[in-house]
Amino acid sequence: MKLLDVQNLRTTFHIEAGQVQAVRGISFHVNKGESIGIVGESGSGKSVSMLSLLKLLPSNAKLEADSVLFDGIELVKTDQKAMRKMLGNDIGMIFQDPMTSLNPLFTIGEQIMEPLRIHQKLSKEEARKKAIEILRTVEIPSPESRLKQYPHEFSGGMRQRVMIAIALSCSPKLLIADEPTTALDVTIQAQILDLMRDLRNKMDVSIVMITHDLGVIANMCNRIVVMYGGTIVEQGTTREIFYEPKHPYTWGLLRSIPQFSEGEKKKLISIPGSPPDLLRPPQGCAFTARCPHAMKICEKLPPQQISLSDTHQAACWLMHPKAAPHAKEVIS
Amino acid sequence: MGKAKQSLVEVRNLKKYFEVQKSFFGRSSTLLKAVDDVSFTISKGETFGLVGESGCGKSTIGRTLLKLYEPTGGDILYDGKSISSLKHKEMMPYRKKMQMIFQDPYASLDPRLTIAEIVGDPLVVHNIYQGKDRIDRVKELIELVGLKADHLNRYPHEFSGGQRQRIGIARALAVEPEFIVCDEPISALDVSIQAQVVNMLEELQERFGLTYLFVSHDLSMVRHISHKVGVMYLGSLVEYADVNELYTNMQHPYTRALLSAVPIADPDTAEQSERIHLQGDVPSPMNPPSGCTFRTRCPYAMSKCAEETPKLRDMGNGHMVACHLIE
Repeated sequence: MKLLDVQNLRTTFHIEAGQVQAVRGISFHVNKGESIGIVGESGSGKSVSMLSLLKLLPSNAKLEADSVLFDGIELVKTDQKAMRKMLGNDIGMIFQDPMTSLNPLFTIGEQIMEPLRIHQKLSKEEARKKAIEILRTVEIPSPESRLKQYPHEFSGGMRQRVMIAIALSCSPKLLIADEPTTALDVTIQAQILDLMRDLRNKMDVSIVMITHDLGVIANMCNRIVVMYGGTIVEQGTTREIFYEPKHPYTWGLLRSIPQFSEGEKKKLISIPGSPPDLLRPPQGCAFTARCPHAMKICEKLPPQQISLSDTHQAACWLMHPKAAPHAKEVIS
Repeated sequence: MGKAKQSLVEVRNLKKYFEVQKSFFGRSSTLLKAVDDVSFTISKGETFGLVGESGCGKSTIGRTLLKLYEPTGGDILYDGKSISSLKHKEMMPYRKKMQMIFQDPYASLDPRLTIAEIVGDPLVVHNIYQGKDRIDRVKELIELVGLKADHLNRYPHEFSGGQRQRIGIARALAVEPEFIVCDEPISALDVSIQAQVVNMLEELQERFGLTYLFVSHDLSMVRHISHKVGVMYLGSLVEYADVNELYTNMQHPYTRALLSAVPIADPDTAEQSERIHLQGDVPSPMNPPSGCTFRTRCPYAMSKCAEETPKLRDMGNGHMVACHLIE
């Protein structure tokens, strides 16, 4: 059962220098109760695609899509006002930097109670009780006294727990986590990931995890969407992406993580060059300029999504039935 | 990796305390012990990796080695000579030998200078390579790090993060240093670009016989690039050893917890691997726990740990551990 179904989403930013085509026609879905990971480099459009769905982008951004269905509601036509009712209620969000995403002028309690009072129309006393309960769920010790404290009195990991508490306060159906552990140390990251996994199972919430860390994804997600240059180059289950990747960019991504077998040291295989300029996006496949297997057609035409299984799709000309025979060897 | 390797940098009981004002009006101040009694040796041509969580003092060590911070106590030996008490002028010849690459390639390049000026600046400071030679040297450097000579008249904002980090490396290499402190050089970069920069650092090391102190919180990258690795917790070095020894035969409970916390980028291994869960946060360095600083989060803490600070002990073949469990 699909909770979120996005068809052909395009997001463009209008700036003085022209139009930045940050997201260029992506389609994906999130099933109920699953967690998907969106990976890609900075500027690949992973955060922007989610933010534009939620209409959280500045006014110079323009969103177009064939359809964005969330729990049966068409979001493309929904106006800001109706959107506001859903955000924080049906959809929760956790941002990257817990230092800046909490308001330093309000106590933690006020910030957790706010969505409860607005969306769930709870009284002050009810909201306080609920807030204490949520803080307990995210494993913050002595929640009663912690409620009265301000964000600066919390450590980074604790603040991220508070962010999770706020996001989950109204029992949302979808939780969007934008690099939730990037700003944290590894031991704290492990704590937060464990907590998120626990809560996912307990609260039956779908998670969209935006990250550039393949390790985090391997530990957290059922499915992976790989983005490059504003397009989805490959998507599939975690196993399909890690063990049978079909797109050269995914190969590059997986190979640039240090591997250790028997203590033997291998040279890192890097992807040469840098990501495309989305002010002037390439005509064909966005990865052509950095792809070791690029062919003539790659420069001219964007590749089609090719289905490899029910869950696995990749967009690469190498997999086209008419591609040269050597391409098939590269793929297998 | 024998013991016969010549040491280039030797750190003996290094201490760096910062004075932190407690109250806005009063004079009362308290000491923040960023680095407390740390000793290690870096051999010529090798990379010493320093890992730990934020606030453990790893960057402070890097900066104190270059005397960007004045050490509070202990001694730093460079090529056998003590440099810890040298004055600014006496330090100058050493500054030519010791350079630094910074974490944030966006903040460490002056936005108002061209690339030629940025890379050429160390040459001006140390007054080497005059006139046309200097221009040629800058060109040579920028090509060395994989950029083009026609990039020289551009400004930093015209470059991507990875390219900027290359410019920072070119600047560090300008005065032909022997020793470079790399302070989280890749943590601001994307994965695919990280690999490019790390490969380049390795190539340069091979070509010029450079010695690195590689400060990072990325444990798998440290494993990849380092010959020796030191693990820091709250201002002290808790364990250090040759890289393979450390990663396969870790002894200190903190090292074990730290390494097990790294998410493994492989779904099958990730499912099987057992995590050691550390409770709570790192204590404040202004008020560190008595005895072993790790005892508040250590699953094996004993009463002795609160009373006595464990000393680094040699486990054989240079594997040093500071823990009461290992005796």
